[in-house]
Amino acid sequence: MNYAVRVDVTLRSGISDPAGATIERALPALGFGGVHRVRAGKLFFFEVDAPTPDAALDVARGLAERLLSNPVIEDATCALVEG
Amino acid sequence: MTSVAVIVFPGSNCEYDAVTALESLGARASLVFHTAEDLSAYDGVVLPGGFAHGDYLRPGALARFSPVMGALERFVAEGGPVLGICNGFQVLTEAGMLPGALQKNRGLTFLCQPETLIVASTRSVLTRAALVGQELVIPINHFSGNYTCDESTHRELVEYDQIVLRYRDNPNGSLDDIAGISNRAGNVVGLMPHPERAMSTLLGSADGLVLLNGFLGRQSALSGR
Repeated sequence: MNYAVRVDVTLRSGISDPAGATIERALPALGFGGVHRVRAGKLFFFEVDAPTPDAALDVARGLAERLLSNPVIEDATCALVEG
Repeated sequence: MTSVAVIVFPGSNCEYDAVTALESLGARASLVFHTAEDLSAYDGVVLPGGFAHGDYLRPGALARFSPVMGALERFVAEGGPVLGICNGFQVLTEAGMLPGALQKNRGLTFLCQPETLIVASTRSVLTRAALVGQELVIPINHFSGNYTCDESTHRELVEYDQIVLRYRDNPNGSLDDIAGISNRAGNVVGLMPHPERAMSTLLGSADGLVLLNGFLGRQSALSGR
């Protein structure tokens, strides 16, 4: 079977996020008030050939941990999506 | 040390600066492509600055999968001296050969300017010819030089004397003003500043000499400026 997977990579809490902070600082000047705690991250989509949904997620988690995220500073969450 | 490999990844761009600097000190420096699988012929290895594999995903992230990295791991395990400059530092952290990570600069600014560094430890292969507290003016040229790690890693860096160089005036938000660190053994060093571009007072600073002479295992005639 072929499963579509989505991986969200975000900075771990406590790790400074210069991109999120810069976006947040720019918001008042653009007229967006009351927006707080902006965090920037990355989003990946791919498809995995695997016998079961769990097996596909296992592959995705391995890939997310080994390559798509840097576990020193980032968390990755994997989920199946409608292909 | 007479023979140094300067590793060339697709997208490296400071390899000739590194070769020129090392050869000016009398070393034999060779460009070695990232597909090499054996580094045993060399006495030292430099990972130069640039944008290895385009810096796609994260700086240094894809270089970890280059064939030369296996050879580099063996070289490190045998105690060989390894120096990662700028992107080379990013590659070493992504490969897990140095702790922590390099984040985008505070303020998302690309920084290209001389910085005053303070030697924090002389236990590393890069700083062994320098003096603790010595100030060195070395240029930086980076977007992701903001060193970060968790608290327990930072405690270990301090405890094992692995913080090698600090910025006097932190330009990029680095934790604890860190400009360069070593592994616990001291034979692997990564730093964001470019000592290979501080080789002549005519070009702004000769303070890279004490670092690269130290890396080559020599006492620098110019230590102390």
